[in-house]
Amino acid sequence: MHPVSMRSVTKNYRLGTVEVPALHELDLDIPAGSFTVIAGPSGSGKTTLLNLIGCIDRPDRGEIVVAGQAVQAMSDDALSDFRARHIGFVFQHFNLLPVLTADENVEYPLRLAGVPAAERRARVRELVEAVGLADRRHYRPGQLSGGQRQRVAIARALATRPRLVLADEPTANLDSHTGAEIVALMRRMQREHGIAFILSSHDPLVHAAADALVLLHDGRIVPPAGEGSAP
Amino acid sequence: MNLWSLALRNLLRNRRRSFATLLAMVVGLVAVLLFGGYRSNIAYGTQTGFVQQTGHLQIQRPGYYLDGGDNPAAYGIAGYRRIIDAIQRDETLAPMLAVITPTLRLGGIAGNFSAGLSRSVLAIGLIPEEHNRMLAWNEHGVVSYARPLPLAGSLPDAVVVGTGVARKLGLCHLLDAANCTPPPRTDDGQPTPDDIAALSAGERGDAAADAGTRIEVLAASARGAPNVASLDVVEAKNMGIKAFDDTYMAMHLATAQRLIYGGGEGQATAILVQLRHTAQMPAAAARLRELLAREFPGEALAVIDFATLNPMYGQTNEFMDSMFGFIALLIGVIILFTLGNTMSTAVIERTVEIGTLRAMGLRRAGIRRLFLCEALLLGAAGAVAGIAAALALAWLINHSGWTWTPPGYAYAYLILVRIGQDLPLLVGSVAGMFAVTLLSAWWPARRAARLVIVDALRHA
Repeated sequence: MHPVSMRSVTKNYRLGTVEVPALHELDLDIPAGSFTVIAGPSGSGKTTLLNLIGCIDRPDRGEIVVAGQAVQAMSDDALSDFRARHIGFVFQHFNLLPVLTADENVEYPLRLAGVPAAERRARVRELVEAVGLADRRHYRPGQLSGGQRQRVAIARALATRPRLVLADEPTANLDSHTGAEIVALMRRMQREHGIAFILSSHDPLVHAAADALVLLHDGRIVPPAGEGSAP
Repeated sequence: MNLWSLALRNLLRNRRRSFATLLAMVVGLVAVLLFGGYRSNIAYGTQTGFVQQTGHLQIQRPGYYLDGGDNPAAYGIAGYRRIIDAIQRDETLAPMLAVITPTLRLGGIAGNFSAGLSRSVLAIGLIPEEHNRMLAWNEHGVVSYARPLPLAGSLPDAVVVGTGVARKLGLCHLLDAANCTPPPRTDDGQPTPDDIAALSAGERGDAAADAGTRIEVLAASARGAPNVASLDVVEAKNMGIKAFDDTYMAMHLATAQRLIYGGGEGQATAILVQLRHTAQMPAAAARLRELLAREFPGEALAVIDFATLNPMYGQTNEFMDSMFGFIALLIGVIILFTLGNTMSTAVIERTVEIGTLRAMGLRRAGIRRLFLCEALLLGAAGAVAGIAAALALAWLINHSGWTWTPPGYAYAYLILVRIGQDLPLLVGSVAGMFAVTLLSAWWPARRAARLVIVDALRHA
């Protein structure tokens, strides 16, 4: 079963009185356990597509099935609960809660998912060690470097053992060396946990690591250069 | 790291802003509590003063309160002793009673004829021992200015007058000398009229002549004829309110009855009923009316409470309540906008964070709860600090010895605030502050909860 399946998805944005198309009649299936990268120029619809897959935005038309459930008709609360259980997020600006330590940031989604305390502690320890921050677990984001913050964000995204992790430009705020480390970490975690990762990125390093590349242009999927069809 | 812990940490992120907001709340609460405590002291003080003087309830002839103050003969209660006995025997009323005593009020002219001075007085005839027990009533533990009348155990012709009466009658040796200049004679040097002199001489009998303290009181008897009593002023007493002080005279009930009723049956114009607790007043009044109707069906009697008898009590309380309400409202509005502004700024600053929390699966209600918790924490801190500061300031004020003289009063009162003893004030003020806190945080919290996630995540 595909963790993400989209059929005829259209999304427009309104800028004043003008309607701007973001995605147009999009069909997409993300293979289970894959490391999929969405690429394309600025304004091509990469972030919009991630937002729809992440259930933080709704399509104007079309059907989206995530983790086996049609999400477009869910209520706001049901979508919140769904995201808490099935989807992890990694953001370009890390978006860690500044008042929480690394451990607490990783623990937060587990609290939202109602995981018991003992299990939370074990899971947090395991993940923080897995991303190489065992000696920084009590540091707050402000005391961590960019790369370390993104490691915490990756651990947080994986905390609830989601079906899907979405990462929007995860290396855009990192230098190339740290970016490479983060890509390698995400790739390793994706393999170890068997979770589908979907990333949007301009970064060739990220493209090179992808199992599958989805190229977007003006809200449509276009075949990569030299190929005849989209994935 | 639960919701409250997260809320606390969020508050501590911007310590200066949180502290400034907290300070506004503390100052506001302190102002409300101090003024409320001052109002409370005045309310309990006036209640105590009136209940000491007039009792909680009075049994009078209907119409006496409005029309009969200067006509005791027309509104006298002849069988007052039987009524008092019946009340004291009543199983319901007896446990509530602190004091029950008769009084007779009369108007007359007091004259210090040897000095050629006279003035009109409103005299009260009373039983000194019972009156003094009434003056000891102090349910609320206020600073009481009542002192026992020195009539207890005195001769029947002993009277106490207000310092204003003593001054106007030229009884300066009863007063602080610096506070008394004998007024000019009012008789143009003419001797006392023969008829008054004769009446006075008859009354005085063999009483020892003491030119310094003896006065004559002229009153209309029950038959309409003038009657005179020669009396001995044993003390001049400051009665507080100047208009009262300038006309006050207290004498033995029997003396007052002899002035009005001569040798006939003595009557009373009121039976004063002082209860142990003011809260018993409605039940006691109802029971009194029932008892009077049942056991004295032929007597026209009314039961009147002290607030009706002393309109100034209600007027003072209404005035203070309106001032308190106005001040509390102003302070509430200031706190509302201060805290509302703080919370709105926090929502704007943390827009991306709100988007992140929502993306991770926190429901809208969770966002709302988070901001409301932050406001409630500020409210709780403000309440604790505000109460502590108000109690400390109240202690300082209560021990400062500051005084003021209320309008129309003849002496200064201590400025006191009652906060710790006034639980309704404490609970009401804190509850009010929490209500304002929730109200001011509600709109920003609602706005935060309704943010569109993708817009929040894009927020610069």
